Amino acid sequence: MIAIIDYGCGNLRSVENALGRLGCEYRLTADPAVFAAADKVLLPGVGSAKAAMDRLRELGLCESIRSLRRPVLGICVGMQVMCRDSEEGPTDGLDIFDAHVRKFDPSPEAKVPHMGWNRLGNLDGKLFKGMKGGEYVYFVHSYYAGLCQDTVATCRHGGKLFSAALRYENFYGTQFHPEKSGEVGETVLKNFLAL
Amino acid sequence: MVAKRIIPCLDVKDGQVVKGINFVGLKEVGDAVEMGRKYSREGADELVYLDISATFEGRKTFVDLVGRIASVIDIPFTVGGGISSYDDAARLLDSGADKISVNSAAIARPELISQIARQYGSQFVVCAIDAKNIDGRWTATTHGGRQLTDKELFSWALEAQERGAGEILFTSMDHDGTKAGYPCEVYARLCESLRIPVIASGGAGSVDHIADVLTRGKADAALAASIFHYGEIPIPVLKAELDRKGIPVRL
Repeated sequence: MIAIIDYGCGNLRSVENALGRLGCEYRLTADPAVFAAADKVLLPGVGSAKAAMDRLRELGLCESIRSLRRPVLGICVGMQVMCRDSEEGPTDGLDIFDAHVRKFDPSPEAKVPHMGWNRLGNLDGKLFKGMKGGEYVYFVHSYYAGLCQDTVATCRHGGKLFSAALRYENFYGTQFHPEKSGEVGETVLKNFLAL
Repeated sequence: MVAKRIIPCLDVKDGQVVKGINFVGLKEVGDAVEMGRKYSREGADELVYLDISATFEGRKTFVDLVGRIASVIDIPFTVGGGISSYDDAARLLDSGADKISVNSAAIARPELISQIARQYGSQFVVCAIDAKNIDGRWTATTHGGRQLTDKELFSWALEAQERGAGEILFTSMDHDGTKAGYPCEVYARLCESLRIPVIASGGAGSVDHIADVLTRGKADAALAASIFHYGEIPIPVLKAELDRKGIPVRL
């Protein structure tokens, strides 16, 4: 069973639909006992990193997420809250990935939010099995995780190279939306589910 | 670098995709979910569904349709048409739409944009503007161009951005349906005056028109309907041509 952590931060519908298309059994839950027993855990998120962290704290979920030993995938703001901290708020994060989250500087060549299809580079590890780099995936965000030792995919927006995906032990995060990234996104989700 | 987006627009009436020329003489052309799936497979970067139903029943059908589209389509899609309140927008976003587009209702009540953006985030709000050139002033219109408003294109787009719109979808009512190309100078000026992406709509009749608005017109995306619906320019052909011209597109 796949658990989708439902902490009241965002439209879980698109993640649910993507798992449905892959024929997966999933549950929406904010109960640590349920997600600790799941085979895989998804942490989606839209909106602001601070609002998301505040909700995780209110629900007392931070430590239960950090102590998970099965594969966990954070998506978009779900990935950002797994970093050390974020300028958005600012707020501390779950401190799983060794990255700081900062705001993009807008420029005529690099509008903010960074929205649309952009290419992945420097792919590393099982999440990207069958991919060779250069694939387009869908992003919508104004804040980014900088490059760090946990970076397993990069993307360029204007002059800024940032982490498109992160990994530390059993924890994975994608800044892009695999559930909205067509066939490439489906490959990434399948790879995660196959871990 | 973010790819330039190609967006087919599907006008939906009672669950069926239709496309009129200048909003009159509607023809039924296909099932909304099936057409979305087909375009997504062909390489569309996003889809826009506009509800043009005039009845309460038709609007209810559209909300159900949005749920079905969301379960099938794995690329982002925007819905619009007839969104007159925050509740209308919330209903569509909660049904699985990735973005909603507001037009007349936002002109009548600009705080609608702020309200939706505050609750859902800017990336969920597209502000559509249908404008026409009246004696040198680009005037926003409603009712398919028949009704003039007191809003001017450039200042209204800027206000929409400041209120939290995440994108501007600008249609020139002087060009829509003509297949004679886009007013590229107007797009270039609009794009240079905003921080948020601009989608060009209305007027595409050839690959060169689209290439033009994405380069000279500086638009971030091009939206079209009939050239795709009637197979005049298939999306794979369009994207291959744009790529050949050195325009960054997702292939």
